[in-house]
Amino acid sequence: MSVVRADCGSDSLTRDPVIGRAPSNPYSPPMAKGSAWATALLISAGLLSAEDTVDFNRDIRPILSDKCFQCHGPDEETLKADLRLDLRDSALGTKAIVPGKSNESLLVERITSDDPDEMMPPPKIKKPVTTEEAALLAKWIDQGANYADHWSFEPLKTDGEKNSIDEFIVAELEKHGLALSPEADPGTLARRLFLDLTGLLPPPNRVDSFLREYETSPDGAVAALVDELLESPHYGERWGRHWLDQARYADSNGYTIDGERVMWPYRDWVIRAVNDNMPFDQFTIEQIAGDLLPDPDKAQLVATGFHRNTLINQEGGTDDEQFRNEEVVDRVNTTGAVWLGLTLGCAQCHTHKFDPITHREYFEMFAFFNSGTDVNNTGATVEVGEGELFLDSPDPKKVSALEAAKKTLAKVTSEKGKRQAEWEKTMTQPVDEAAPAKWIRATPETFKAEGGAPLQLLDDLSLLAGTGAPNETYRIQLPPSENPVAALRLKLLTHESLPQNGPGLAGNGNIVLTSVEFFANGKPITVAQAEHDHAQPNYSSAFTIDGNPDTGWAINVGKGSAPGAKMNAEHEVAYTLAKPLSPGTAIEVVMRHEKNANYNTGRFAWETSATAPPPVAKRKLFTIAKRPTEERSEEDRKFLEAEFAKVDVEQRKAQNEVEAARKELGIGKAVKTMVMRDLPEPRDTFIHLRGDFLRHDEETGALHPGVPAVLPAMEKKPEERDRLDLARWLVRPDHPLTPRVTVNRVWMRYFGKGLVETENDFGTQGAFPTHPELLDWLALTFVDNGWSMKELHRLIANSKTYRQSSNAVPEAAKVDPLNKLLARQNRIRVEAEIVRDAALSASGLLHPGIGGPGVMPPQPEGVYAFTQRKVNWVAADGPDRFHRALYTKFYRSAPYPLLTTFDSPDFQSVCTGRVRSNTPLQSLTLANDEAMFEIAKGLGARTMREVEGSDTDRIRHAFSLCYSRIPSPQELDAVAVFQQKQAQSFSNDKAAADSVAPEEFPDSFTLAEAASWSAVARALLNTDEFITRE
Amino acid sequence: MIDPFHRQTRRHFFEKCGVGLGSIALGDLLAKERSDNPMALRRGHHPAKAKNVIYMFMAGGPSHLELFESKPKLNEFHGQLPPDSLVEGKRFAFLGEGAKLLGSERKFAKYGESQMVLSELLPHHRKIVDEVCWLRGMKTDVFNHGPAKLFMNTGFQVPGRPSMGSWVTYGIGSESRDLPGFVVLQSGPRGPRAGNALWSAGFLPSSYQGVPFRGSGDPILNLNNPTGITPGRQRDFVDVVGSLNRERLDVTGDPEISTRISAYEMAYRMQSSAPELMDFSGESQATLDLYGAEPGGNSYANNCLLARRLVERGVRFVQLYHTDWDHHGGPGQTLGKDLEKVTKEVDQASAALVIDLKQRGLLDDTIVVWGGEFGRTPMGETRNNKVGGRDHHIDAFTMWVAGGGFQPGMKYGKTDDFGYEVVDEAIHVHDLHATLLHQLGFDHERLVHRFQGRDFRLTDVHGHVVKDILV
Repeated sequence: MSVVRADCGSDSLTRDPVIGRAPSNPYSPPMAKGSAWATALLISAGLLSAEDTVDFNRDIRPILSDKCFQCHGPDEETLKADLRLDLRDSALGTKAIVPGKSNESLLVERITSDDPDEMMPPPKIKKPVTTEEAALLAKWIDQGANYADHWSFEPLKTDGEKNSIDEFIVAELEKHGLALSPEADPGTLARRLFLDLTGLLPPPNRVDSFLREYETSPDGAVAALVDELLESPHYGERWGRHWLDQARYADSNGYTIDGERVMWPYRDWVIRAVNDNMPFDQFTIEQIAGDLLPDPDKAQLVATGFHRNTLINQEGGTDDEQFRNEEVVDRVNTTGAVWLGLTLGCAQCHTHKFDPITHREYFEMFAFFNSGTDVNNTGATVEVGEGELFLDSPDPKKVSALEAAKKTLAKVTSEKGKRQAEWEKTMTQPVDEAAPAKWIRATPETFKAEGGAPLQLLDDLSLLAGTGAPNETYRIQLPPSENPVAALRLKLLTHESLPQNGPGLAGNGNIVLTSVEFFANGKPITVAQAEHDHAQPNYSSAFTIDGNPDTGWAINVGKGSAPGAKMNAEHEVAYTLAKPLSPGTAIEVVMRHEKNANYNTGRFAWETSATAPPPVAKRKLFTIAKRPTEERSEEDRKFLEAEFAKVDVEQRKAQNEVEAARKELGIGKAVKTMVMRDLPEPRDTFIHLRGDFLRHDEETGALHPGVPAVLPAMEKKPEERDRLDLARWLVRPDHPLTPRVTVNRVWMRYFGKGLVETENDFGTQGAFPTHPELLDWLALTFVDNGWSMKELHRLIANSKTYRQSSNAVPEAAKVDPLNKLLARQNRIRVEAEIVRDAALSASGLLHPGIGGPGVMPPQPEGVYAFTQRKVNWVAADGPDRFHRALYTKFYRSAPYPLLTTFDSPDFQSVCTGRVRSNTPLQSLTLANDEAMFEIAKGLGARTMREVEGSDTDRIRHAFSLCYSRIPSPQELDAVAVFQQKQAQSFSNDKAAADSVAPEEFPDSFTLAEAASWSAVARALLNTDEFITRE
Repeated sequence: MIDPFHRQTRRHFFEKCGVGLGSIALGDLLAKERSDNPMALRRGHHPAKAKNVIYMFMAGGPSHLELFESKPKLNEFHGQLPPDSLVEGKRFAFLGEGAKLLGSERKFAKYGESQMVLSELLPHHRKIVDEVCWLRGMKTDVFNHGPAKLFMNTGFQVPGRPSMGSWVTYGIGSESRDLPGFVVLQSGPRGPRAGNALWSAGFLPSSYQGVPFRGSGDPILNLNNPTGITPGRQRDFVDVVGSLNRERLDVTGDPEISTRISAYEMAYRMQSSAPELMDFSGESQATLDLYGAEPGGNSYANNCLLARRLVERGVRFVQLYHTDWDHHGGPGQTLGKDLEKVTKEVDQASAALVIDLKQRGLLDDTIVVWGGEFGRTPMGETRNNKVGGRDHHIDAFTMWVAGGGFQPGMKYGKTDDFGYEVVDEAIHVHDLHATLLHQLGFDHERLVHRFQGRDFRLTDVHGHVVKDILV
């Protein structure tokens, strides 16, 4: 068990002998005393030779910042002795520092004192200065005590001499007597590029073609593959996911109730924008302030979902204003972390102790975000259809058809009241005392399922269906009736052979019956109405006669169902015919299930009646309709509306036309996703004393929006600024932070850590860049290339530095144990999502569709034993079961276990870089998780399916699917022995073999062999190499 | 055979630099090369008085006024408005203006040498009155469940900070090699509000996050092999994965691979140690009766017994959540039968745990903590037109601690006549944290982790060690 620190929360303080110095050590022995201490220490420290120049930003500022600024830094409130060590004038004026004379400088005297009353920092601060640090400070003073502004606030600069990543890296390596490693094996390289750029494994045939191209031109082959992968739609998924971490995207509201929310359109927007290579400046502006752009389009509104990913506390008794403030605080801090790489949050309660950001400046940033209309609630939304954000230049005719249909719908909807009133008038007739229906069960003469499902006639004349096509159509011929037929009734019945006893064949026993049609002598019979005993919300039986294959009758229980309603029980629908049929008519019934896969009816019977059934709901309807409007209760009103909706053909037609027009365009079901919107008049913003939202600093008064003074000034007048100005300011070409922070994070994904290791802190407490010139060169190039992400990827992925082998280099490790100089690539365990995605792609089960609502793959039982919220997690059937992990629904209080086990954050707040751990719980997940095991079976099946040759060939193929390479003789032998032993063991244990073997495999294999290939696949998916980008 | 779990690698210890206590210089790291393992034992800042913690979290906020505090004046002024001076400027979750004082219908008496007052609802607690240090002057800052639970567990009301159990295992590791160092157990009708954020490692490495165990059956997700994979086949599987990993280690020289090999070995060991842990068949009937535990069930009593077994096996920090203490007065939330039900569920086993630990000599080393996220208001709350409960109250409530160097039989903290404000010997949540850490060997001001440019601690910038309550 170990922990490799990557980022989120890492801020490793380690400095190694190569770059930077080790900071203080609280356990190190007290400082040596004596007049000759400085000389002695210089020697003993051994980190610095006499001729080295001390660099203020690299060597001195971290010490001052860590040990001194708390009382002698920017925060005026805690300033002691009027001494500011962050300002040279103050330090010199007080004789704390006498340039050139460390032995006369009070600073040196005080930090080396052992008198508890004299020594600095005071013992109670518990941050003693180490001997090495004291030596450095003394040497710096002796060299003139030169200050420099903090490097990251300085403009980007380049000397123009070096013009590629490799030149910078090699130059630094050479200084230390090192060189780049040889290039990685081409197979490893292909796998690396696929994983880094798309998060999927390469198909073996693409690796083969890459190897061939590589033989003639390594550079050309790499460049071509990089270009190809950057055009893959999966690139947007891979790099969009990195961005979603920063956006703290999730599908639930957080806190204790953690209700579901609709934000996936924002996720789709990110994928699309990344795939389109939207320039990063525009990408920024649309997300921070798309709503404030002139005439924003829908996508630009959806983009503002970035800052709607904040938590909403739905607990009873909460003060919404408090949590609104929490949301604004989160928006400020997230903006600071993502674009500026600054810890603005530190200035929420007081002026920043280390960085030049005042308490007031924090709330000037706060003012940009303080006018949202959302108050700890859903707030503003915009309607988006499935797939809408991926539409490419839609046909204008179809767009206007949709607009027209929507207009009609709006008109029809606005006239609903009038129509209903008319209808109510006709409902005031006395109750029709028709004779009660007498149902006679019909004996089906012929019956068949078009998709091949077996239909069996049971003793009670009901039909029992088995599994056939996912979307079955049943045709049942009823015999000529003895009596007239005024109505037909469909009875749904349970049966022990059905999932959950049925009555449907869906995993939970549900059905979705989209259409019921009756024919007499081949001619359709008109149905006047359908009436059910129970229906799932939005799945009324009326939908079985509306001619729309996308709607239907279903029977799950949900919000609005009658108390005690049950899905897995008998149900019925009565169809009243427009005109009774005369005796002797033979009726053919057609039942269609066109919407959901495998939601076919399981057991059912048909009955006829010579009299129409008495209208169940109608008695109630007539009574209420007669009641004067003002005497109707809320419940009455809802009931009437619901009843009218059943017969309001006009409304349904208009709705259907909108849906049809959407479908024409390739847009699915519409949802409402949360977006930013500001109040017409901004709220006043005050400083919150000690960060308490109830304590406004009235003395200072209301603030205008603004940015910290240490960063470039905004041009607009303070009173005219809004979020759009902030967005544009963040991506000014001369911004010192945004380009540096952004390229550093991209670098971090490729090498495991950034050029600035503290990718989330570019302030004075953060790490100094390992390659400052390279960082600036990359940042400038990025801006010069029009903020093009794909160009940045090309630069990095084509470099020799990136393409090196990641194998250990013992010689280099002696000089540079943390591999900061990059004498080799780093081996990086892939992110949680990619663990699953890689397995899906190796097995061939992957559903490659892009975007859409969140999905639910299988998860282990017992997840909710520990959560306040129990999610109704119904594992998806069909393609959704094998969708990439970034589409897995993410509930903040109960995340999908595989994700958190592999260090996915819980998205309570911004995550700019993840931790990487290596734990036994990960082993248990990979080895035993139901979803992973299913994928292993898929890989086993693929191995058998795709290789007809020998077992050895199959093992080789499995290696190429998983690792993009051929096995070594030792590996081949180990796996072959394992496979044979497993096959042997399963041959004596049929039940076990049955559970382990894939559901389908070629006939040429025995069951035991098939099980052994699942076992081999499971082993290959569990190696360190499988989940590592080498 | 060398235990691969403790095999060390060079890169690990370098990478781990950011994980060590405080910031550790390179030289020290070289010396610490052998301790590459998140749960490896580490020393704190001073000798520890206790090794383990069992924290019984009564989620929802138990009423101190029905359990631990007899307030005759409250009964006397029942139905009257509280004095303005008490409620002025105060905010409550649900109470509006005009909420009236609500007397307690419970009978109280004094017990033991300590003469601690207990209500009739806690008959079993009478047996431990002189073992326990009673903290009647607890105070917190936050009055909504989720934020208040986060505050009690992480010292901060917004999710994202490490929990106490994470800090402790981060600081001193754990003695268990086959089980996680920080285990969470739960009973009651639902999970606690704020969920996994309560045992999150926050910005610490995820190895330190609490691992939820279920009270019966398989305690950990994915502990069981897939159907058809026998233990023998699993052994073959671990072996072949291990040999493939070793082959790759030879090629790449990446020590991370040996950690992966160790992880598979430990996972394999957990597959047998965890069922053994859950198997109560070795417990005597007397022990089961002491707790009121029934093998196979998922109850608070079982969890208390499980907590002892976990601590016996070297697990550092065990936290038990029991939900349903939120007695506002509505259906299922009355101070009558609903409070009786939940106290009955926890009274016996809570006391039993202290007694059992003591008789096994484990109490000296183990700190037992009992309490909720806040107390309840002296004013009654009206729900369904009836005054049958109390609102959340942050200004005074009762918790108790036992063992681990806390003064047995001590009553600490005094509240006013209504049990509204603490008038003497107050202990704020941050102080409790500081004191618990102190007993475990930490200076709470030095148990820090650098994150986003700043040193974070469990106690933020607050907290004092309450020396008065320590032996």
